[in-house]
Amino acid sequence: MPHDHPDHFHHEGVSPSGHPYRDDNDGPLTYWQRMEIAVRELLIEKGQMTPVEIAAQIEAMDSRSPTNGAAVVARAWANPAFRVRLLENASEASREMGFDIGPLNLIAVQNTAQTHNLIVCTLCSCYPRNLLGLPPDWYKTREYRSRAVCEPRAVLREFGLDLPATTTVRVHDSTADMRYIVLPLRPAGSEGMTEAELAALVTRDSMIGTGLPRQP
Amino acid sequence: MAERVRVRAITPPGHVRAPWYLRGKTGMIERPLGEFHNPEQLAYGLPAAKKRLYRVRFSMAEIWGEAAENVTDTLDAEIYEHWLEPEDTHAP
Repeated sequence: MPHDHPDHFHHEGVSPSGHPYRDDNDGPLTYWQRMEIAVRELLIEKGQMTPVEIAAQIEAMDSRSPTNGAAVVARAWANPAFRVRLLENASEASREMGFDIGPLNLIAVQNTAQTHNLIVCTLCSCYPRNLLGLPPDWYKTREYRSRAVCEPRAVLREFGLDLPATTTVRVHDSTADMRYIVLPLRPAGSEGMTEAELAALVTRDSMIGTGLPRQP
Repeated sequence: MAERVRVRAITPPGHVRAPWYLRGKTGMIERPLGEFHNPEQLAYGLPAAKKRLYRVRFSMAEIWGEAAENVTDTLDAEIYEHWLEPEDTHAP
């Protein structure tokens, strides 16, 4: 039964749907939450920005998604000249497609028949947000960040990707000002597909390197 | 900047962007990335001079020794020039 919880003898604090009630977010603010509110209110009071501008910026970030990156990858698969430009300067190539990526310094790393690339940020959670949107929660965990650099093959196996020893794994730690996107290998059997059809094969994880594109 | 470089094995306090697991490790410069304002000052809102940034490629064997999953696998990281020294510099 979908609503069968292991603790179904204890119905206190459980909603009529059978799920536990979620706490209201009226606990005390953390230091950094208070700091964010203080800075935001000061910026508004001093006329540096308006609440409308802040809301618009949040909305712009929320509207970014892996489909932006998928369009870039699909064009690189379909258009060899664009692929060259993407590998030379991924920021310019993304802007050329009309993506507003702000000051993002993007590097595209290309998978080949012999090489598989994996992206991580061990120091924090650097991610090409301005192109792909917010990172998945696991990308920010201490476990992924530490294990991706010392046992990438074991991590990839947990994602369902068991690479042969003959494939070279290249891990990229985003330690400073650059952000990374993996240009996965174009799947066999995708010949003749349109750019839009190709983009539908590109998953978020295939652009982080923890997965491969879908098979057509 | 030499082709083969070592990440300086120093432990300054503060907001540094050279990961601990690469300190004292030797790698090859994969490509220069240009100059960026030094994040070690930026993090504190201080005037930050521009520093050259490099992508350095390390072998997993260099980083993890015998514990490496596959010795030919590599790790690339961005390291600022003031964290790098030529390989032949005597390690501290």
